Amino acid sequence: MHGLSPHIRQLEAESIHIIRDVAAEFRNPVMLYSIGKDSGVMLHLAMKAFYPGRPPFPLLHIDTTWKFRDMIRFRNEIARALGLELIVHTNQDGLARGINPFDSGSSLHTQIMKTEALKQALDRHGFDAAFGGARRDEEKSRAKERVFSVRGSGHTWEPRNQRPELWRLFNTRLGPGQTVRVFPLSNWTEQDIWQYTLAENLPVVPLYLAAERPVVRRGDTWIMVDDQRMRLDTGEQPELRSVRFRSLGCYPLSGAILSQANTLEAVVAEMVAARTSERQGRLIDADEAASMEKKKREGYF
Amino acid sequence: MAQHRFYSDALYDRNHREAAPAPAAGRSSLPTLRFLTCGSVDDGKSTLIGRLLFESQRIHDDHFTALERDSRRFGTTGTDIDFALLVDGLEDERRQGITIDVAYRFFNTGSRSFIVADTPGHEQYTRNMATGASQCDLAIILIDARKGVLPQTRRHATICAVLGIGQLVLAVNKIDLVGYDKAVYDRIVSDFLGFAAQLTFSHITPIPISARFGDNLTAPSGNMAWYTGPTLMATLDRADIASALDELPFRLPVQWVSRPNADFRGYAGTIVSGVVSPGTALTVAVSGRTGTVQRIVTADGDLDSARAGDAVTLVLDEDIDVTRGDLFVPPEARPAVADQFSANVIWMSEEPLFPGREYLMRTGMRTLPVTITAIKHKLDMGDLKKLAAPTLALNEIGVCNLSTSSMIAIDAYKENRATGSFILIDRYSNATLGAGMIDFPLRRATNIHRQRITVDKAARARIKHQKPAILWFTGLSGSGKSTVADLVERSLHAAGHHTFLLDGDNVRHGLNRDLGFTDTDRVENIRRLGEVAKLFVEAGTIVLCSFISPFAAERRMVRDKVEPGEFLEIFVDTPLEECIRRDPKGLYAKALRGEITNFTGIDSTYEVPEAPELHLRTGGHTAESLAQEVLDLLRDHGIV
Repeated sequence: MHGLSPHIRQLEAESIHIIRDVAAEFRNPVMLYSIGKDSGVMLHLAMKAFYPGRPPFPLLHIDTTWKFRDMIRFRNEIARALGLELIVHTNQDGLARGINPFDSGSSLHTQIMKTEALKQALDRHGFDAAFGGARRDEEKSRAKERVFSVRGSGHTWEPRNQRPELWRLFNTRLGPGQTVRVFPLSNWTEQDIWQYTLAENLPVVPLYLAAERPVVRRGDTWIMVDDQRMRLDTGEQPELRSVRFRSLGCYPLSGAILSQANTLEAVVAEMVAARTSERQGRLIDADEAASMEKKKREGYF
Repeated sequence: MAQHRFYSDALYDRNHREAAPAPAAGRSSLPTLRFLTCGSVDDGKSTLIGRLLFESQRIHDDHFTALERDSRRFGTTGTDIDFALLVDGLEDERRQGITIDVAYRFFNTGSRSFIVADTPGHEQYTRNMATGASQCDLAIILIDARKGVLPQTRRHATICAVLGIGQLVLAVNKIDLVGYDKAVYDRIVSDFLGFAAQLTFSHITPIPISARFGDNLTAPSGNMAWYTGPTLMATLDRADIASALDELPFRLPVQWVSRPNADFRGYAGTIVSGVVSPGTALTVAVSGRTGTVQRIVTADGDLDSARAGDAVTLVLDEDIDVTRGDLFVPPEARPAVADQFSANVIWMSEEPLFPGREYLMRTGMRTLPVTITAIKHKLDMGDLKKLAAPTLALNEIGVCNLSTSSMIAIDAYKENRATGSFILIDRYSNATLGAGMIDFPLRRATNIHRQRITVDKAARARIKHQKPAILWFTGLSGSGKSTVADLVERSLHAAGHHTFLLDGDNVRHGLNRDLGFTDTDRVENIRRLGEVAKLFVEAGTIVLCSFISPFAAERRMVRDKVEPGEFLEIFVDTPLEECIRRDPKGLYAKALRGEITNFTGIDSTYEVPEAPELHLRTGGHTAESLAQEVLDLLRDHGIV
């Protein structure tokens, strides 16, 4: 915690407090690891929380099979370097039905390969608490979510019936069929995440840094051709551009921005000056009004 | 450059960093300010926050595009941008144009970072406002200049004071709509200060503003030359929430005992007040055991000292018995250790608070059973009058006596928020029902010690050749409980068993003659009967209890008082229509005519047992055959 501003120190301590509380109060917790920058910070905080011990829970990655190859390499190396158990789950049923971002559309793909897959994994392993790296500044319905978000059977979220959360006295009691999603980064902003990544010198997936990559232009955004499965329109030719990503997901659904920022410092400088939010490049949120709230009611993180 | 030691070289991009990390230069050294906005509906809270976000350039272009679209669709400001839509995030909220839940928002100025809790103004969401207040150091109370101080303004000011917020900004909003009139502003400020004088704020800063047009938000307004005070943003930037927590006695609730290997034993937790260094002597508050801090361990290396807010792991010089929930304190500045205390309780549940019912309480890192033994009074938040109250309803605040099942370490809330606060949880639904702020410990329990008894329950039962038990007959009035219980007792008595029958009506003539039939009194009625039944069980007796006992919570409370297997719940299930037809005491007729109120089945609920030991469906059976079913149950359970 040296060299951190008082603001970041407060956030760090608050998150560690939350992570320890979950480990102490729940029977079988798990940490969702999405490989992105927020997950990276959350995982780092978990390492700190139990030092000199290790986090007493495994990592879970929901693999849609459409993640960037760089992400998968990074994921495997992180788990190896930290000596943590990594559970990878794919919705095999969805795979068998041929669900993919091109034919199924982003909305159905997300529903089946992310939301349903997550529920399957949580049920299969009997996890009663799952950490997620969501932040309240991401989106309006996130801003209303609790740190400890209780989900009913079927993992549904009922925004009108959330438990009041006072001081730091979290109610960790669950009834039959209930589970909880816990968000230790609730009070962090995108800027805080990058400042912390910089100050702590955390590794990030190289895709966050600008490099020449094969991309095609789709509307206002650039889609990277990460493998042979990418569907190109007739006459469309991938071109090499210096791009980077502000948020990472399935590659056909993640928009890149043109950028020369190829170091963390340069990324932070660009981000401070940015005029659009990080989710803008995410095609899944633009689908319908209040779509995040709808997805969350259905069990999305 | 070198990687963080947790990770491997392979995880770092060749370009990763330009230079070695340096302390982030130019960042503010001021602590983050957490504040909330409150006030009545339509006073402009959401608009104010939307505006603050906008002015501090925290609104991205894509969010602004969405805002323009939403303003056209849901907006309440004509063709202008409706800033409130930036913060009202739930679909219901945007449709109804109101704020339902607390939303947290973030922005920073050149001087510091802010976390804003935007809380609802509607009275039915007061609990959400209290939730927001529990996290904050400062509150902005908005008043609509056209309406002046409203009851809800006073309620919110009172809740802020009860929750220990010292600093208040009184934002007299919509000043443009009263022509920037100084006289209107002065009258409102003087009204409010008159009320607030009875509360405990250390600073109140009144400011005339227009959230919609930005007057006095970030720059002094050109429309009010008569106002020479600070702008709202300047007030927030300068608010002094100093490190008062460092000055308080040291407190660290143990969250996690860290034992990664045989050589390391540490106690992890967040320091909630005070400072600590290696060499400091610490005592475990309840047990009184003492040790000395040897190391303050963090992943960034051992610390020379740590202070309030730091999440650390302490290693002591010797192994003493410490578990999660214990509180480390200095031996010379200990908290009170008590199992009875007085507290302000704010109730947050639709179902009212019942004195006598057992709840769970979480305080610090401990969760344990608690009972509210008395409500001394509730507070009228409009005029701060103290009112007598048998119960607390949703959104009410009252001063209560509480009794916990074991000793806990507590401070007064006004001295230490972290060690003086608690939440109340329903034992069965697990909902958060209320929150409390401790005032002072009560001494009465400390002088009453349990008498040790040589002849115990087992000995008394042995001499009677039976296992003691409670047969709890529950069901509607007129369902046949007493008739069946009477037949069962006759058979048991004839067979030489020692029995006693407690009947609801009979007990109400004596022990419980002071109790009526309100929900509150019904809870207390059953609590007393449960205690009496337990004494009979201790005496080795088979005790038959015949009470309507409509609430599941109280039936479980009695069940929990005795050992597993000693409580047999018998649900005498007769349909309401049949009970009304029988009406042996003529009570249903009176209740239906409205001459008796709170009558179970008519205007008071009966909660059907979910898993009784015996479900007696009475239809088509004689009382004798039903009694035989009970006797079979006793044999199956080895009671007789």
